[in-house]
Amino acid sequence: MSPEEPAGGSREESSREGRRRRRLWTLLAALALAASRVLRPRGSRARSDRGPAPPVGAEERAERLVAALLLLTALSGAGFVTLFVLHPDTQLLGATLGACLALLALALAVASSRLVVSETKVEQRPMPGDPMEARQAAESVQAGGQRVTRRRLLGGAVGAAGAGLAAAVVVPVAALGPGLEDQLSHTPWRAGRRLVDAEGAAVLAADVNPGGFLTAFAEGVDQEQLGSPVAVVRVDPASLRLPAARAGWAPEGILAYSKICTHAACAISLYRSPLSPSTQARGPALVCPCHYSTFDVLQGGRVEFGPAGRPLPQLPLMVDAAGALRAAGPLSEPVGPAWWGDRR
Amino acid sequence: MSGSEDVMRFLDERLGAGRAVRFVLDYVFPDHWSFLLGEIALYSFVVLVATGTFLALFFTPDTAPLIYHGSYAPLRGAQISAAYDSTVRLSYDVKGGLLMRQTHHWAALVFVAAVTVHLLRIIFTGAFRKPREINYVIGVTMLALAMLEGFAGYSLPDDLLSGMGLAIAWSVAMSIPLVGGPFATALWGGRFPGTSVFESRLFIAHVFVIPVLLAALITIHLAMIMIQRHTQFPGSGRREDNVVGTPLWPSYALRSLGLFASVAAVLVAMGGLVQINPVWLWGPYHLYVGTNGAQPDWYLGWLIGALRMMPNLEIHVFGHTLVPNPFFGGVLFPSVVFMVLYAVPWIDRRFISREAAPHHLLDRPRDNPLRTALAAAGFSAVAVVFAAGSADRLFFQFGFGYEGAIWFFRGAFLVAPVVVFVLTRMICVELRRSGRHPLRGWSGSVLARTRRGGFQTIDR
Repeated sequence: MSPEEPAGGSREESSREGRRRRRLWTLLAALALAASRVLRPRGSRARSDRGPAPPVGAEERAERLVAALLLLTALSGAGFVTLFVLHPDTQLLGATLGACLALLALALAVASSRLVVSETKVEQRPMPGDPMEARQAAESVQAGGQRVTRRRLLGGAVGAAGAGLAAAVVVPVAALGPGLEDQLSHTPWRAGRRLVDAEGAAVLAADVNPGGFLTAFAEGVDQEQLGSPVAVVRVDPASLRLPAARAGWAPEGILAYSKICTHAACAISLYRSPLSPSTQARGPALVCPCHYSTFDVLQGGRVEFGPAGRPLPQLPLMVDAAGALRAAGPLSEPVGPAWWGDRR
Repeated sequence: MSGSEDVMRFLDERLGAGRAVRFVLDYVFPDHWSFLLGEIALYSFVVLVATGTFLALFFTPDTAPLIYHGSYAPLRGAQISAAYDSTVRLSYDVKGGLLMRQTHHWAALVFVAAVTVHLLRIIFTGAFRKPREINYVIGVTMLALAMLEGFAGYSLPDDLLSGMGLAIAWSVAMSIPLVGGPFATALWGGRFPGTSVFESRLFIAHVFVIPVLLAALITIHLAMIMIQRHTQFPGSGRREDNVVGTPLWPSYALRSLGLFASVAAVLVAMGGLVQINPVWLWGPYHLYVGTNGAQPDWYLGWLIGALRMMPNLEIHVFGHTLVPNPFFGGVLFPSVVFMVLYAVPWIDRRFISREAAPHHLLDRPRDNPLRTALAAAGFSAVAVVFAAGSADRLFFQFGFGYEGAIWFFRGAFLVAPVVVFVLTRMICVELRRSGRHPLRGWSGSVLARTRRGGFQTIDR
């Protein structure tokens, strides 16, 4: 098949479909126009029973109109069913069922404004708050416990029973999940663990280009584990301003940071890497797309902007004999959002 | 006629239903367009239950991985979760499935919108006053439940956006001082992304627990309106002790059914013609993947805005993190907003109206400038936070710098309520003084000269 054939065919089909849709819209617009003319009140009081009597024959016309609208409702309902069986195209299904409901709405609107008695009624509003009733109800409640003399004892006992029962009812909630507080701070990163890509192949130092950004995982660990994914970037080693204790964490200017934002656990998937001198006033940064916490790559993941309260955990790196990247130690901080168990 | 008499007699002899039916048929509804907002919410809920039931027949609440073999070619062969798989399948391979799913999503957006605007109507007209405080509190509770329900719903398909939303929800749960860690861990069945039990918990919350609560509260809400009768605006013949309006049968029933059909028509037409949340384009969620410019459904915009606007403050004691940052925007801010909403009837009684008498006649917003101005100021504060939630879209669409926009919104959060308060109060006082109606123009008597040279007054 030549490439033109399907394109030409689909164009013709789409134009036919377009014509069909245009006709549908024209029909809908005409109906809406007709309805707006019918529903427009004649004179300011046409809808109220105090107004002048409607002209002779108006009622019959309204009846015919309602019947016609209801028949059209039935027709578009049948159209929906037919389409559903033969050609369940979402747009056409929505248009026919929508039209069916819209026509029903019109029929009901015409019926309520033209066909049935539309009167304004005045009703007495029931006024709650009879003081006698309230007092009697309160007395009845108290009378129920009249033979109880040791009220305080019983009251306390009832309280105790309630507390016991409530505890028994609530305790099964503890089955929801294990108390995994130590799991919360677990990460797979140890000295010597290799960085691998999504397919499990080792990430080589040569894979990391200046200005580039790649995602790596701890080798042999589930990629969906919060502590595993790291963002790896390469910067000019001369521009690094890491704390003194982190000297040697970035061989050849390659840096790795946890990919999980310390604010709200989203994946840090934006990398600002200014290439032109005019934008280099601020250096490279890792940015979270959820709330735009911005972490300074050169300064060990310091928070530069945004709501994150803690720096991004940095992974010390080393390059092995084969040129592959390996962790040189654990992450510098707990991974993910803060909680009470985070010790600083 | 005799057919309906037979049915009535059957029911009356067994249940004494005659009186009850007559009470319902004669029930009088005052007329005003703003009284229909709550009805729109109710009918959206009906559409939600109907479409949601259909969806539940095809959705699999399970995050177990499987290989996609459906008819959406770009995903074929990809490893995705059963939940995501069933969502794509019910969109592409189930007849009418996409129509149902999109109608369900649109209905959810309209439902929360109708509830919100309905709440504003209640506040601005003082409809929450005695004796309607209980029903007001139930209504505010339903707003909170509706938001939770919506969030649970769009978190179910396990696509990229739902996963990002859940990551934030988990972090917000974690941020609750002291108990956050164990609480979030228990809820998720482990550390985020949790185990597969979390998906089932989310599912049962979305299709059973919250909808049943909502249905029960809606029933009570309507029953209380039946008992107390609807409020009405002041007008000729309308007093505190009567209700002037259209009786339920036949006129109001037909009109209301017509509104139901209209709401359903709009939702179904949008479900068919306007695409919403095409999850196959977002892709499956992995915790190491994120996308830029992600936005939640509109009713959570104020929460993402609060999280984004908050400066990076965290409170530490004895080396522990007592208050992590997401707590401020994700827990504290919405809690304060809802506490204020719950307290509105009592704030009004104590500080604004300064009276505790029952009211069945509504205030027009101008009638109580202080209340209207305070409500508008409070609303503007939330609206600023809501707008801040789309600061990233401002950058994409118009090129406004994100950081500058955030600083602008922080300032606006403090300034806008004051400006809005002063302006609204001024407008209300002026309107009340002049008798002008902003929508209907000027009303009053006109002195006109007749053909013969005399004068006559024309009432308008």
